[in-house]
Amino acid sequence: MSILNINNVHTYYGNIHALKGITINVEKGEIVTLIGGNGAGKTTTLKTISGLLQPREGNVLYNGENLGKYKAHEIVYKGISMVPEGRGIFTSLTITENLEMGAYSRDDTQGIKDDMERVFTLFPRLKERRNQVAGTLSGGEQQMLATGRALMTRPSILLMDEPSMGLAPVLVELIFDTIQQINQQGTTILLVEQNAHMALSVAHRGYVLQTGEIITSDTADNLRNDPAVQKAYLGME
Amino acid sequence: MRTTLGERLTDWSISGFMWGFRILIVLIVVLGTFFTLQSGKYTGEQWIDFIVFGISQGSIYALIALGYTMVYGILRMINFAHGEIFMSGAFSAYFLATWLNTVGFVDANPVLGLLIPILFAMLMSALIAMLVERVAYRPLRGAPRLVPLISAIGASFFLQYTFRGFFGPGVYAYPPIKALEGEWVIFGIGILRVQVIVAIAAALIMAILYIVVMRTKIGKAMRAVSEDKDTAALMGIDVNRIIVSTFAIGAAMAGAAGVLYALIYRQVNFFMGFTPGIKAFTSAVLGGIGNIPGAMLGGMVLGIFESVGPALFLDGLGIIRPYQLKDAIAYTMLVMILLFRPSGILGERLTSKKA
Repeated sequence: MSILNINNVHTYYGNIHALKGITINVEKGEIVTLIGGNGAGKTTTLKTISGLLQPREGNVLYNGENLGKYKAHEIVYKGISMVPEGRGIFTSLTITENLEMGAYSRDDTQGIKDDMERVFTLFPRLKERRNQVAGTLSGGEQQMLATGRALMTRPSILLMDEPSMGLAPVLVELIFDTIQQINQQGTTILLVEQNAHMALSVAHRGYVLQTGEIITSDTADNLRNDPAVQKAYLGME
Repeated sequence: MRTTLGERLTDWSISGFMWGFRILIVLIVVLGTFFTLQSGKYTGEQWIDFIVFGISQGSIYALIALGYTMVYGILRMINFAHGEIFMSGAFSAYFLATWLNTVGFVDANPVLGLLIPILFAMLMSALIAMLVERVAYRPLRGAPRLVPLISAIGASFFLQYTFRGFFGPGVYAYPPIKALEGEWVIFGIGILRVQVIVAIAAALIMAILYIVVMRTKIGKAMRAVSEDKDTAALMGIDVNRIIVSTFAIGAAMAGAAGVLYALIYRQVNFFMGFTPGIKAFTSAVLGGIGNIPGAMLGGMVLGIFESVGPALFLDGLGIIRPYQLKDAIAYTMLVMILLFRPSGILGERLTSKKA
């Protein structure tokens, strides 16, 4: 059984038909990427999974359970965590407080402490600055914080929305290395990216989304060698 | 960009008017202060009286202002029923305090006699605010910003006239607490006990609130929700619960303020929330709306200006009963803040994300 099934989901913003019946499966332990251009519906897909948007048709199954009846904050307790687009860190809270918010759904003080150490091991730069207000962090550090904060919920599956956005190439590499590390430690990852090149280099499988529809899906290697994908998303002729 | 002569003239006349207004206010303040001090009409002790009264009054404004500022911080909405939440607290405490007084409990236990009505008022105000939030605000959460504002004004009238309907338009005398009567003499200067106690009680309550907001899980969640509701939900925070808690905590502050106000003025009335409500709103704007230390500071500044200002600025200009004009001073400050520094003393810049 897949950890996540998105079955024929239609999502609307008001009258705008943003997702037109998409179907995605994510198996436990995988990194699956969702690539596509601006306005393809990538963020909408993640928001529909995390409960910030409700599908009008179709459903999202998590370990076989329909998530439709849960609100966004309840879905977190199920083990789904999201790094939102633009990182969404709480700029007026300190780094430690941001991580504590990530652990809001948990009560095990010791476990929270251990996980915070784990995040600090993953991102030593955060540890140096842990008592600073998060608004003072650079873009790359904010991305580290947003990722660390999402890990604080101890998710089974991590949804990441454009982690490379606005980052220098060196930092993009670092973030993607971390994504692989997190995955190797046992967390399933659904990764949304415009940077298809990076995304396909770490992912096991990928889906290509275009104006609200899945136009193709395959293993990451096959997608990278697919001429149409190369032309449209990898900048190759 | 090309502008027409008419537009430029309008710009000049607006900026000319603004400068004229600034100069006028500065002139009134400087000249008034100069003549007042030169006349030597008030003694040092009287000035200290003004300041102490200003502090105790200001700490009440500050307590109420916290509710405005916290709700604004989280929902970007002005809860205009907040003055009535304050009144509800004072009214509830009045009944309990009167009963405690008749059975002789207050004389036997002055500390508890003061504390129990305050706690009761906090509880009642919190319950009423939660009800108002549920009925008048939550259904309008997604509506344009003007809509909940109108609903708030409606809720305000509803509460006022509900109390009027049940308890009549009369003024009820809040029972005296003997232990609070009289003066303490500090450095040879007599200070009314009740004012000192009010200021200390308010400071304690604000300190507790500050610790709650800065240190506890719910306080941190409140700050997170006020920054970004969607992301807060993604952390597993039940945003609605945090909003209700914010209303309840802000209302509890107002309820406590209601009792403190009743201790100073010794009366409660269905309309008593109106003026302190607007003054506290002014304080919140003055300090920077959405900013918690700002609300505390704004309340104190407004209380002290209102208390010292009439004598200091206006008396020297030959105004006969300057104290009648203390409300005019408060509202002039509101207008000036809105014109010249809309973000308030400690206010943050309103980023497009927050506004």
